[in-house]
Amino acid sequence: MLWACILLPQLALDAVLRGRDDPDAPLVLLSGPAQRRVLQAVNPAAAALGLRAGQPLTTAQALAGHFTCVEHDPAAIEPLQQLLAAWAYRFSSQVSLHYPRVLLLEVESSLGLFGPWPAFEARLRAELRALGFRHRIVLASNPVAARMLANCHDGLALDSPEQTRAALEQLPIERVGLPAEAASAFARMGLRRLGQVMALPREALARRFAAAVQLHLDRLLGVRPMALAFYLPPDRFDARLELNFDVESHQALLFPLRRLINDLAAFLAGRDCGVQRFTLHLEHAEGPDTCVAVGLLAAERDPLMLFELARGRLEQLQLGAAVRNLRLLADDLPAFVPQHSELFDPRPQQNQPWEQLRERLRARLGDGAVRSLATEADHRPECAWRLDSASRPAPTLAAPRPGWLLAEPQALSGVGVTLLTGAERIESGWWDGGDVRRDYYRVQTPAGLYAWAYRNLGEDGPLWLQGWFA
Amino acid sequence: MGAVLSLDGLLDQQRVWKGRPQARPLGLQPTGHAALDAALPGGGWPAGALTELLLAAEGCGELQLLWPSLARLTASGERVVLVAPPFIPYAPAWQAAGVDLRQLSLVQAAPAEVLWAAEQCLRSGSCGAVLCWPHKADDRALRRLQVAAESGQTLAFACRPQQAALNPSPAALRIAVDARPAQWRVLKCRGGLAPAAPIACPGRG
Repeated sequence: MLWACILLPQLALDAVLRGRDDPDAPLVLLSGPAQRRVLQAVNPAAAALGLRAGQPLTTAQALAGHFTCVEHDPAAIEPLQQLLAAWAYRFSSQVSLHYPRVLLLEVESSLGLFGPWPAFEARLRAELRALGFRHRIVLASNPVAARMLANCHDGLALDSPEQTRAALEQLPIERVGLPAEAASAFARMGLRRLGQVMALPREALARRFAAAVQLHLDRLLGVRPMALAFYLPPDRFDARLELNFDVESHQALLFPLRRLINDLAAFLAGRDCGVQRFTLHLEHAEGPDTCVAVGLLAAERDPLMLFELARGRLEQLQLGAAVRNLRLLADDLPAFVPQHSELFDPRPQQNQPWEQLRERLRARLGDGAVRSLATEADHRPECAWRLDSASRPAPTLAAPRPGWLLAEPQALSGVGVTLLTGAERIESGWWDGGDVRRDYYRVQTPAGLYAWAYRNLGEDGPLWLQGWFA
Repeated sequence: MGAVLSLDGLLDQQRVWKGRPQARPLGLQPTGHAALDAALPGGGWPAGALTELLLAAEGCGELQLLWPSLARLTASGERVVLVAPPFIPYAPAWQAAGVDLRQLSLVQAAPAEVLWAAEQCLRSGSCGAVLCWPHKADDRALRRLQVAAESGQTLAFACRPQQAALNPSPAALRIAVDARPAQWRVLKCRGGLAPAAPIACPGRG
């Protein structure tokens, strides 16, 4: 088995940066008590100003004037780790979050599909970059070795135990994850590299050090296996983005929305499912959330399309109050069936399939805006058609029917109207309360239009106009 | 006039009038009415362009003009979209005219959204024909439809009242539909002179 270790060296900083639309502005994370604020992490722009992690805030303010301070929030990291695990689940069925801020993937079984490894690695890096995470990737023959090699290397690929062992022997002793007192004891003994420690007789090492040291060394070499807890993807997607400031316009919501939708798409791709219905919660400082429900007719997972739809719904909304947080909830995650498309498309210039167009129209015009038409087996004109169903064979018609039907019959003034045909009687519906007994005529109006009009049986009133022979 | 123009290009763009050829080839989008096809320069509807139908009144014969084309398009699996029709399309009659109802879609839009919806349908390129009934469409709105029809290579039809015939329009083809007498008058057609004589509607009058 081959294990890839993806180390995320600055997850806390990435968590903040990916929520902002100006990641190149100087930004620092702060931690510590109110009396002694300390810089927890700095982004490259802030580092260029001379700021370093560990500096007190007062020193930083003396060094540089303009930088953004964000409170370090350890709780924000956990949802991101879950998201990354969901993303990695797409590439491997064995994903472990055993070490903090680290993804361990078993990749040998995935190489047939995504391989060879250089291409696979390039894909992992490209997707992580798109998601906004800085990372280091190392491939080794066992998970513990991959994790420890990632401390010192990036892009290392070792596909046999011998190569892994050779690389491990070069590692400095304090970087291999040994307990701190054991590492400092080795260093004081003059053993600077792991190779020197591994050359020691096993019995002597067991006598001098705790059992945990030998166990760790064995696991590093893959002699003893390690039990890892594997990630299981949840059945729903729930992500929340804190905006940290009050947003009152749609435009400013689009960037965080795009970020959330991209996360959703990464999650869906990992689970190999689509989303049919999701809800955007716009959380305000006070009062209930504003909910925007986005529904689709078929499951989809293309981030661009989902974003376009959510944007269409969002732009219709009147924001009553400023938005503090944005939350995306998706419960309904049916299996995703990719669009069937022809190799030789009869319409090569088609740049948007009908399903996508339909969703776009529904997003702006409302859920019931796009309808289909069908015939119904009924003689009454108002019952002979219906929306959104399969057609039933219509009764054979003795006389032609008009192409346009009026929603409500209108009285037709009798002046100048000529009857063109004799009466066609339609008498039906006594069983369902919609009883009609009418004589239908094809008539011509003074303006020269051909109309379909009726007179109720036994009445002597005006003709009722019901359709146009257009 | 330094640039060398290829003759084929000029002829393809239909910017040079060639006189009347003896045997007219069948157009890409025949209207289904032989007399009308003969009168139009492309032998049918201008493909990938806007056609304006100027109606004497709603329901004065526009469906009779369009049904053969819609039947042909739906039968070949193309989608036909009606954007904000003024009445309910009466399904049995449309079916009797040969239109495959499974390929027919109805978009109900508020008057302000009609042009947007029609433009989206045209631009997507996934429809064979788009019929729309715009309210108060001006020159710019029609030009947008024309450009969208070109980019999506879709037949576009805009039904408007006949009062609009006096205003200039960017549509490639303008046909006035009269009720009394029942006839079609080609007011403008790109790529040829508009025939002077009106064409009688078959089966009316």
